[in-house]
Amino acid sequence: MSTPAKTMPSRAVEIVGATNFTDDPARLTAYEVDGVRPGAAARPGTADEVAELVKLAVAEKLAVIPTGARTKLGIGMPPARYDLAIDMTRLDRVISYDPGDLTLSVEAGIPLAKLAATLAEHKQFLPLAVPFYERATIGGTLANGVDSPLRQMYGTARDFVLGMEFVTGDGALAKSGGRVVKNVSGYDLHKLMLGAIGSLGVMTRVNFKTFPLAAETRGWLAGFARAEEAFAFANSIRKSPLAPQTLEIFDGPAAALLGSTLPIGRTEWSVAISVAGNERVLERSAGDLQNMSSNANAVAFGALDAAAALELCAAIREFPALTANKFTDCAIAKVTTLPSQMDELAQRLRRIAANSSLPFAILARGAGIIYFAVLPTERDAPAIARCMKEIFAATADNQCATIPWCPLELKREMNIWGKAREDFPLMQRVKRAFDPHGIFAPGRFVGGL
Amino acid sequence: MDRHLLNELEQFLGKDCVLSRPEDLLLYEYDGSVEVARPQCIVFPRTAADVVRIVGLANRYKIPIVGRGAGTGLSGGALAREGGIIVSFARMNQILEIDTENQRAVVQPGVVNSDLNAAVASAGLHFAPDPSSQKACTIGGNVSENAGGPHTLAYGVTTNHILGLEMVMPTGELVRIGGKAVDARGYDLCGLFVGSEGTLALVTEVTVRLTRLPEAVKTLLAIYDRVDGATETVVEITARGITPAACEMLDGWTLRAVEAWVHAGFPLDSAAVLLIEVDGLREAVEQHAKDISEVCKMHGAREVRVARDAAERDLLWKGRKNAFGAVGRLSPTYYVQDGVIPRTKLPQTLREIDRIGKENGFEIGNIFHAGDGNLHPIILFDAREPKQFERAVSTADAIIRFCIEMGGAITGEHGVGMEKDRLMPLLFTEADLALMRRVRDAFNPAGLLNPGKIFPTGKGCGEVRIRPMPQRGSGVGAPRVGGDHA
Repeated sequence: MSTPAKTMPSRAVEIVGATNFTDDPARLTAYEVDGVRPGAAARPGTADEVAELVKLAVAEKLAVIPTGARTKLGIGMPPARYDLAIDMTRLDRVISYDPGDLTLSVEAGIPLAKLAATLAEHKQFLPLAVPFYERATIGGTLANGVDSPLRQMYGTARDFVLGMEFVTGDGALAKSGGRVVKNVSGYDLHKLMLGAIGSLGVMTRVNFKTFPLAAETRGWLAGFARAEEAFAFANSIRKSPLAPQTLEIFDGPAAALLGSTLPIGRTEWSVAISVAGNERVLERSAGDLQNMSSNANAVAFGALDAAAALELCAAIREFPALTANKFTDCAIAKVTTLPSQMDELAQRLRRIAANSSLPFAILARGAGIIYFAVLPTERDAPAIARCMKEIFAATADNQCATIPWCPLELKREMNIWGKAREDFPLMQRVKRAFDPHGIFAPGRFVGGL
Repeated sequence: MDRHLLNELEQFLGKDCVLSRPEDLLLYEYDGSVEVARPQCIVFPRTAADVVRIVGLANRYKIPIVGRGAGTGLSGGALAREGGIIVSFARMNQILEIDTENQRAVVQPGVVNSDLNAAVASAGLHFAPDPSSQKACTIGGNVSENAGGPHTLAYGVTTNHILGLEMVMPTGELVRIGGKAVDARGYDLCGLFVGSEGTLALVTEVTVRLTRLPEAVKTLLAIYDRVDGATETVVEITARGITPAACEMLDGWTLRAVEAWVHAGFPLDSAAVLLIEVDGLREAVEQHAKDISEVCKMHGAREVRVARDAAERDLLWKGRKNAFGAVGRLSPTYYVQDGVIPRTKLPQTLREIDRIGKENGFEIGNIFHAGDGNLHPIILFDAREPKQFERAVSTADAIIRFCIEMGGAITGEHGVGMEKDRLMPLLFTEADLALMRRVRDAFNPAGLLNPGKIFPTGKGCGEVRIRPMPQRGSGVGAPRVGGDHA
């Protein structure tokens, strides 16, 4: 733990007020990142206060990590330095909401669940079904780049974030994009902030395109005996005229973790689909899906009503949390690939885990993402590291493996971001432009950024 | 231009890949905008390695370089504002790979948008961004400008469909970012480079996402006696949460200009029409078409026609996409603005545009992407009268200022380029612009790649730059078949 310089506390207190500042070690444990405790935490109430705190950090050479609900601070490598936590949870207001335009501007610390309630009053929503949903904030969700099963239909945050305001590493309050749904004015700098785990700046405000809630939603589950059949079914849906909201493929152990009582009984592999639309769309989808599933040799097929579909979607959303609850030392790799290669990749991952005698579970998304969870029954970081390293080594050029969820011990054995690629020098230039003094989350991101 | 540089370029590219005669340069001094700037030479690389060598020479001779696709851009993005070498990607026009299974294609930057679409149509796929210039414009140009089009309302703009790029950096490195799979590791560099208007890198290869063609399409033409009826319809369609594939508006003045040329079937006595398209699953399309017709009628549409077949649908779209060509028949020179506003502000904004036009003595036509609030007011002017041109520009600026007041933006799809650099401070603070400049300088440190674009040049905001007199026959603002405007 590093200690901030002496002039720090008084200036920070001046900026945020005494009640919003702490350097009490006991209270600071809540802000620990990978076991590193900061010297202080401040809870600014405005974007200008954030900017002032960052300027102070620059002056005093303090390393800063912005935090929200602190549910995903484990994503990333341990910080090389960490002096000041900027707790964004007081910036939790809706700045403007124009339901008729389907656009929204919010402060970054607003909890997803609170925002969802506001949007629901106008039958709208944001397609961010992400882990720790009940507590997570907008800022943390976007910064950590966690994806959502709803991406099948709505894409990821980069597709519906319209603009952003943020504080850069020189303490300047800057923005890019705007509040309108179509805009090419200036560089899309906000896209760089998505998934950058706070290494480029502190988000203070985010503008979104919102989406209308569908009149009706229904889900279906198909069960398969073999992986290739499940993936073939998923691919046939992708190539059909149907437009599912979610398309998820998972194995038996993952189904057990999801914990829901599946109406089709336990099968080796399951494919879960949800569709939103009018009654005729849902009927048509039901018929087409059933046909496609039997063409793919499904051993079971069943419908889920809106409530059950929602419940399953929530369980899928919480997969990392549910897994960590049962297996404290679990590690979950995220491997992206082409949809047509998912089956082959899943088989390869399974073989690697089986060779290491480690239990595992697989949850895949139709867009070409496999979450591969290693579920050790006893603490054995070196064994998990060997398995994960083999997975990294086995991914092809057009695939990308990272380990967003894992215990700290694993990070001592390997870099969870994998090897930096040929575009890394470009990323270094981005980092220098945003954070010239290197104060944001040093060492946590890809290649030590 | 330095003869040594020309010799060196000719040596490795071949003489047929370097143009420098005055009559050749003339052809590259304009694009689809009202801007003019003459390069010193034009080169036609065939490979990324060629581009690397060109950039190397430009650095050695300290001469600007500007990438160019088909030159259909509307903000001067592909013009050599400070002279130099234009790098035309016309000969890097190969489709390298079509992966129908995964809905991806890998193309060279000079591939024409509609050629890519033609190549993948038989597989039931398309490249969704569809600027009106799609018969001529290139994928590289689409990437640089983050191009839009009528159907981006439902499908998103270019950036939503780009997964990977191979680029030559202004400092000479050849780099790949992103890839065929989603969620590349690290910063979203594709998100930054797409739409950077050719100021950060020269793109030599593009990996695009292809989209499944819809099973069913319905095209509706709603006809109004009041402009307000049409704009209020758009407000309500949006508010009801119906997202049509496209929702275009033509006002009476524009539709009469179009009808005189294209004969699309627009009723000459109407005040405005909405061209609305819904697509997707048959069952959804029928419902949406019904709901939309209802809203149209509720807001005073005197008639809602549904295109009976593909031929009628194509005709309606021909009317929309060739509108600017039709306008060109009325006036050799016109200025198209490209503002964006929240959809809820459409009725009052259209009324304000009308007022601003009258105040300045212009009749302003409106044809635009109503569904996403992307306005394209058209101001006709006589280029032979410099005062009129000046006034057209200040009228367009007044419209943009109003868009910003409404919470909008200065450009929705045409880009900032050299047309709106001076307007950037209306939208962005000095801190915003300073960061954008730092990002530009991080990749383009010598400032040789596409200088004089996006960033205000330091002259006072709102000052009207007197441009060179557009010459008749030089193509400035002149009609081109196919329409160059989105």
